[in-house]
Amino acid sequence: MYGKGLRSLSIATAVTLTAAFALGFFYAPMDADQGVMQKIFYVHVPMAIVALLGFVAGAIFAIQHLRSGDRRHDMRSYVAIHMSLILGVGVLVTGSIWAKAAWGHWWLWDEPALVSFLIVFLLYACYQPLRFAIEDPERQARYASVFAIVAGAFVPLNFMAVRMAEAKTHPRVLQDSSNLPGSVWLVFFVALLGMTLLYMTLWRYEMAAKNTRGQIRKLRRRLGADVVAPRSAAPR
Amino acid sequence: MSLLAAETLPDNGGYVAAAYLVFLALLLVYFVIMAIRLGRVEQELVELNTDAEASDR
Repeated sequence: MYGKGLRSLSIATAVTLTAAFALGFFYAPMDADQGVMQKIFYVHVPMAIVALLGFVAGAIFAIQHLRSGDRRHDMRSYVAIHMSLILGVGVLVTGSIWAKAAWGHWWLWDEPALVSFLIVFLLYACYQPLRFAIEDPERQARYASVFAIVAGAFVPLNFMAVRMAEAKTHPRVLQDSSNLPGSVWLVFFVALLGMTLLYMTLWRYEMAAKNTRGQIRKLRRRLGADVVAPRSAAPR
Repeated sequence: MSLLAAETLPDNGGYVAAAYLVFLALLLVYFVIMAIRLGRVEQELVELNTDAEASDR
C-alpha cells in the first residue's frame, strides 16, 4: 500500500519546500557577486542532487529485483528513474536560465559539470525506449534492471570525474564549504530536505497509481472469468 | 548586507522568477497528467462496477 501516509508526506513536502523558498528569498543573504540570481541555487542544486540520488536509488531497486526476482522491485526502479528524469528536465532548464543570467550563455559545451549532467540525462532518456522495446515482461524487467544498475554505477563515477576535472565556469560550490555562510548552508539543507520529500511523495504517488491500475486489471480479469465461467459451465 | 552593496548588484530578477516558474510548471504538468490518469482509473472502476452488477443479475 503506497498510498498509506501519502497525505502527511504531501503536507510535509509542501511546508518544507515553501519554507525553503521563503528562507531563500527573505533570510539568506544576497550574494556579493551574483545578487538576486544566486537564489536559483536553492532550487537548481537540490533538484540536481536529488535527481542523481534517484538514479542511484533506481539502481539499488534493480539490484534487489535481480537478486530476488520480485517484479515489485523492478517497478520501484522504473518509477525512481522516471521521477529523476522529470527532475532532470528541471535541472537542465533552471541551469540554463542561471547560466544565461550569470555568464550570458544558455549552455557552455566546455564545462564538465554541465555536459556530464546532460550525458547522464540522455543515458537515462534511453531507459524507457529500451524497456518498452521488449515485449516479454520478464525479459523487459531483467534487461531494464541491468541497464539501471550499469547506468546507476555510472552516476557516482561521473560525479567524481567532474569533481576532479578543472572547473572552467561552473563553480564547485559544495567542494569548498568555507566560502558559504552558515545561513546559506541552512537554507540549502532545508531546500534539499524539501526536494527529497517532494521526490519521495511523487514516487509514492506514482507507485500508488501504478498499483491501483494493477489491482483494477486483476479485478477485471477475475470479473471477466466470473462472467465467462457460468456461461461455459451452463448445461447444453 | 549594506544598501550600497545591494545597489551595485546585478538585477536579474526575471531569470530567478523564470527558474522558479519552471519548477512550478513541471509540478503542474505532472499533476495534470496524474489527474487525467485518475479520471481513467475512475472510468475503469465505473465499467467494472457495471460489469459486476450485470454478472450479479
